Amino acid sequence: MRRLLVLGAGTAGTMVVNKLRRRLRADEWEITVVDRDDAHPYQPGYLFLPFGATAPEDLVRARHAFIPDGVELVLADVDRIDADENAVLLADGRRLSYDYLVIATGTTPRPDQTPGMLGKEWRRSVFDFYTFDGARALAAALPAFDHGRLVVHITEMPIKCPVAPLEFAFLADAWLRQRGVRDRVEIVYATPLSEAFTQPVAAQHLGAMLEERKILLEPDFMIERVDDERKSIVSWDEREILFDLLVTVPLNMGDDVIARSGLGDELNYVPVDKGTLQSKAHANVFALGDASNIPASKAGSVAHFSVEIFVDNFLDLVAGRPMTRSFDGHANCFVESGDGKGLLIDFNYDTQPLPGRYPLPVVGPLSLLKESRANHLGKLAFRWVYWNVLLPGRPLPLPALMTMAGKVAPPDRSAASAGAGATNPSTSTPQE
Amino acid sequence: MPVTTIDNRPVHVNDEGFLTEPAEWDEALGTALAAEIGIELGDEHWRAIRFLRDDYASHGETPTLRRVTVAGGIPTKDLFRLFPQKPAKKMAYVAGLPKPHGCV
Repeated sequence: MRRLLVLGAGTAGTMVVNKLRRRLRADEWEITVVDRDDAHPYQPGYLFLPFGATAPEDLVRARHAFIPDGVELVLADVDRIDADENAVLLADGRRLSYDYLVIATGTTPRPDQTPGMLGKEWRRSVFDFYTFDGARALAAALPAFDHGRLVVHITEMPIKCPVAPLEFAFLADAWLRQRGVRDRVEIVYATPLSEAFTQPVAAQHLGAMLEERKILLEPDFMIERVDDERKSIVSWDEREILFDLLVTVPLNMGDDVIARSGLGDELNYVPVDKGTLQSKAHANVFALGDASNIPASKAGSVAHFSVEIFVDNFLDLVAGRPMTRSFDGHANCFVESGDGKGLLIDFNYDTQPLPGRYPLPVVGPLSLLKESRANHLGKLAFRWVYWNVLLPGRPLPLPALMTMAGKVAPPDRSAASAGAGATNPSTSTPQE
Repeated sequence: MPVTTIDNRPVHVNDEGFLTEPAEWDEALGTALAAEIGIELGDEHWRAIRFLRDDYASHGETPTLRRVTVAGGIPTKDLFRLFPQKPAKKMAYVAGLPKPHGCV
């Protein structure tokens, strides 16, 4: 028997075992997946929790319900990966050997990495919304907030779902307006980026949306510490922003088991080939989802599209054939903009988010980079799709690789290229 | 890709002025690039720039600010002092390397 071992039964890990169990012969392959607990969260729902727009109990299901027959789910903490010996050691002393290993251990917010963030104001006036507990704590605190300065803050890129902090700012603006207290609240959006978002056309659209909502943008803000006496965030170049309520996205890091195993970079992400997701250090190890260092969004859509490419390649690899498919960094994300509307963006390593229609040219029904009710409904419907189509590994009629069909390229074709995470040239030249 | 003249020689740059051919770089060009953005390079600057060049040569990617601090051993505070406001971009620009990732 050959053994495939998957670490992490989150979005990527669950999709992989479902797809591969159907395609690998049961009499030839054992598949095992390890996770530390049996609770699978629907993470996109966290965004809505603080505004009371979703019920906490709707956001978590049992992991084992999504693991197919013929795949063993092991609930245990992982001590470390011994990639030279093709084995994983569990914290309880068990040793799991493998022929192939898929690392899908994700990324986690780490407030402990910024001095002062976990101080006395943590979950009093300092909150995160990327964890179930954080989003629920914020839901409890938000109704009491009716005046002062709300600072929405990103510690450092890359982060999971890079549009979520913008969505939070848009939703907070709409929520405060509905409660009639928007005039008494100043909203500041502090980001380490030079603009609202990473890529020029989307940054322009999203930046204009911040302006329309009178949300102040504080760009190039690299946080050094939280001062919980003064209730402020302080940057490395000594700018200080006072807050009454801070909603921060802490530093995101890959799992500590990656660091313990000597397999990660400075942020515990596994260096891989960005086309095949194969580890650069070990040919029988792959990293999928948020766990790798590919220069793409850390998002469920990227996990989904890259898993499709990976599965085809993996079947070739184990049959002794060369891997022929290459992932292009395809991501698409709904962006909630408040008042029951949303945007959709669709992009990859080389092409930035552009306006147009999706998935079909002209008819859509979804609009790219433009606020619409249909996009909002799409985002809401996605929860059903996630549990019922995506996780079970059923085919979703969307191409894995990005297509230019339906997209409107900017007049200057060279500007369509996102290159190495390019930002708007007019605001990002180092001369500034 | 446009060609521009820096330090009396033609170099290939992108529309933001970053070199697109790292091999066209040498330390004299680094000095000239730094002057373009108003920085006079001292020993501390060079320590950072040389780390960027070496790390790019071995990893094929421009190191992020965090990597310069963690792997290069230069405190973030110092990098902001040496290359004010946008150290990651300014260091890459002076070192003749692509802008670092981290923004997707």
